[in-house]
Amino acid sequence: MLEMPVVNGELCNLCGLCVEVCRCGALVLVGDSIVVVETAECGYCTECEVVCPTGAIRCPYEIIIEEYQ
Amino acid sequence: MAVEVEHLKSIPYFSSLGSGELEAIRQLVFERWADRGELILLEDEPTQTVYFVVTGVVKAFKTSAEGKEQILCILRPGDSFNDVSVFDGGPNPVSAIAMSRVRLYGISKTDMETLLREHPGIALNIIKVLAGKVRHFVSLVEDLSFRHVTGRVAKLLLEYATNGSEEGKGKSPRPRLTQQDMAAMVGTAREVVGRSLKALEEEGAIRMDRHRIAIVNREALEERSGVGGG
Repeated sequence: MLEMPVVNGELCNLCGLCVEVCRCGALVLVGDSIVVVETAECGYCTECEVVCPTGAIRCPYEIIIEEYQ
Repeated sequence: MAVEVEHLKSIPYFSSLGSGELEAIRQLVFERWADRGELILLEDEPTQTVYFVVTGVVKAFKTSAEGKEQILCILRPGDSFNDVSVFDGGPNPVSAIAMSRVRLYGISKTDMETLLREHPGIALNIIKVLAGKVRHFVSLVEDLSFRHVTGRVAKLLLEYATNGSEEGKGKSPRPRLTQQDMAAMVGTAREVVGRSLKALEEEGAIRMDRHRIAIVNREALEERSGVGGG
């Protein structure tokens, strides 16, 4: 399963800015909610998180030590 | 689910206490749940309750008049917060919000005073916990005052990195952080964190791989952060 941005529906005000900035079609407005579509095209640019005015979208990072692996 | 003695044992305030004492403490502790994004405490309100994280992750932060957020600490199972208002009677010094679904135990100021009178051995545990918090905040002041922002980001990555062994040892996993979280923790703007991560990647200390920040040269990162012998 691919890690994708996470949308909090309770904070989302359906402004649609995230859909506008998304370059890969991973965010789609369906009815009255933003749906995240799992796609390998998503490069995790985090632009959706940047533009969201309510903080409804989060793109969390996992920080790992890869040295010596 | 009621307050459980097993969980009380894992809280540093109550470490090394006997089962009789823990049972007495259990009578004074209440349980509270919070959903992700739920505000647990608001800065400057007179709550006077100390909370302990049982499961989940909590963010303690202050907000400026302009709406800028500074994260003071991320709290994980066993950690306490709002200790200060219980011991000095003042308002909450910080706000606290659930970063995941959170189970909390709480003790009011009055009940904490009762506990200390009846079980004075707890006082040394509390002093150790508060001393640890002072040490943490001294380090935060040092970072904000003396470290360049990229160095602060480097130090943050070192503190929050996992090599996958925490879960194997039964420890709770590190919370995942957004760039906005990192910005609030190191006292800068989100876009500056983005530039710092890019700079660290160009220097060969880290590799950005979609949702993953991999530390590929820890020595280089430590040197950048000013931590360790570098």
